[in-house]
Amino acid sequence: MSKALLYDATMCIGCKQCEGACAQQNNLPYDDTVAAESVQSDHKYTVVLTKDDKFMRRLCMHCEHPACASACPVGAFHKTKEGPVVYDVWKCIGCRYCMVACAFAQPKYEWHSLNPRVRKCIMCPDRVLSGKQTACAEICPTGATKFGERDDLIKEAQDRIRQSPSTYLPRIYGLNEVGGTSVFILSSKNVEDFGYPASAKIGNTPMPEYTGRVMERVPDFIPVWSLVLGGIYWISHRRGEVAEAESQEREQEKKDGGAQ
Amino acid sequence: MKIKLTFWRGVFLAIMCLGLYSSFIRYFRGLGAVSNMTDQFPWGLWIGFDCLCGVMLAAGGFCMVGAVYLFNVERLHSVVRPAVLTAFLGYILFIVGLLFDLGRPWYIWHQLIYMNFHSVMFEVGMCVMTYTTVLFFEFLPNIFERFNLQTPIKWINKIYPALIVLGILLSTLHQSSLGSLYLIMPSKLHPFWYTPALPFLFFGSAVAVGLAMTIFESTQSAKVFGRHLELPVLVTLGGALLVALWVNALLRFEDFLHRGLLRQIIRPSYEAYFLWLELTLTFLIPITMLSFKKVRLSPQLLYLASISTVLGFITNRLNIALIGFETYVGHHYIPKWTEFSITLMIIAMGFALFGVAVKYLPIFPGEGHMVGRPLRIETGPMVPTAVLGHAGD
Repeated sequence: MSKALLYDATMCIGCKQCEGACAQQNNLPYDDTVAAESVQSDHKYTVVLTKDDKFMRRLCMHCEHPACASACPVGAFHKTKEGPVVYDVWKCIGCRYCMVACAFAQPKYEWHSLNPRVRKCIMCPDRVLSGKQTACAEICPTGATKFGERDDLIKEAQDRIRQSPSTYLPRIYGLNEVGGTSVFILSSKNVEDFGYPASAKIGNTPMPEYTGRVMERVPDFIPVWSLVLGGIYWISHRRGEVAEAESQEREQEKKDGGAQ
Repeated sequence: MKIKLTFWRGVFLAIMCLGLYSSFIRYFRGLGAVSNMTDQFPWGLWIGFDCLCGVMLAAGGFCMVGAVYLFNVERLHSVVRPAVLTAFLGYILFIVGLLFDLGRPWYIWHQLIYMNFHSVMFEVGMCVMTYTTVLFFEFLPNIFERFNLQTPIKWINKIYPALIVLGILLSTLHQSSLGSLYLIMPSKLHPFWYTPALPFLFFGSAVAVGLAMTIFESTQSAKVFGRHLELPVLVTLGGALLVALWVNALLRFEDFLHRGLLRQIIRPSYEAYFLWLELTLTFLIPITMLSFKKVRLSPQLLYLASISTVLGFITNRLNIALIGFETYVGHHYIPKWTEFSITLMIIAMGFALFGVAVKYLPIFPGEGHMVGRPLRIETGPMVPTAVLGHAGD
């Protein structure tokens, strides 16, 4: 079964321990300067944002139908059956189409490296495979970030909204957005205020479908168009041949006529 | 051999020096140091101009090959070779541009082993790779003729029909797929430019620019290389360009109408200014000009109309690649001077290689390579009426 993360912004106290645990897990530097950075980058896969005493975490959403995986020409991204969307750096050619394609703008780039990699939260795939929680969920002191089975977490999120409708906005961000993700967000404040794309804007259609509709026509298009082009070539050249043959015939007739 | 330093050679040298300096920064300091690209703007000038516009500007190759070999339009025969040369150089330079833009260009061949058939980028990559090979074969006869090698010419002639069909098939695929690349970002690209019709619009603009570029090139070659300018050729191309522009304009209008944007596009806004600029240059100016027979018969005016068309569609693609993302990102992207200098270097290389090829290869058949001949342009009364009849085609 596929795993997921549930982030409940109302339980978050903004301690940023998830940031630190994430950095440690991924061998990234983490100190006060990094902690003070309020944007995700090649050295900060997750960030806890603050606005009017409210907190919000940002991280890769681990889409059910990831745009990055569909966009990558060399298939460097793929969705594992356990849930994480992972990155195979040895395949990457650095075209950055994943970054442009991602509706959540999650892939970040090592702009100052001479052999740059795409960086994003990969949902601790090694830990998940060995049955452990992600580093951020494990360290979270309040349980604001919870790791578990995707289906269970959806039920739990729905229960929480049902039990205290006054605390939460009545929606689970990530449940249907871009065809569903593996990170769900519950909050009392609009996630859009923290830079998440609006649900109405990204819609519920999986992003790969937009290009898929065109790409699936290609296998049919190639033979049909080749035949059409070949046909045009044949017809236009046949016309030339016929015209030439006819003029030769006419000349022949003229000659014959002259001889008589 | 003495090489005289003319003004243009000086400019070329300066561009190359700056370009080499920027290349050094690119490969020894990284993409971050050489460009203003960021995590918010991962695609900059190099994708917008070198790739999107570069491939469009090289479309003359498949347009002319299609017209002459597929549809047997004999009168255009003299422009096929320069058009194929431009396309071949254009695609090589596109790949050179890609080597600057890719973060790990040394892995570009991964495309061939780690194939992702769902990726539009993969399709574009494969088509460009194959089409460049096709263009190489279409270009080869120039070299064989130069060295008078009859046997290989016969071989090429045998496979020519297949090359033509393959070349046009691949062009159709990747010219339109460049537009499909943007289909995956409906929430990011501004609605003026995001449309499901993107692949059609990209193909349409490639054909129009292919025709306009051929007019531009023929006139420009006449000026620079003192080549004889054939008015019937220009008249035919001008007529075809008018039709292509009308088709593009109708497609564009239909798209705006269909998506209910007509009111929004006439309301002033940051994006609207760029859209107006684009629509004026692509449609308003050249269509108005070409609607007059006088313009269609005048090489100078045709030249101007074609320049307007080319600049217009360049604006269109830069709008899609850069301007269309600024509202989503929330700030402007202005390329660093080093980005410009690399783009300029690539363009300069294109001009230089074209010049060298024209000088040493039989690109303009019949006339050989006569440098320094004055510009000769046939004027109105000498045009056969048969051509005039087709002026509006």
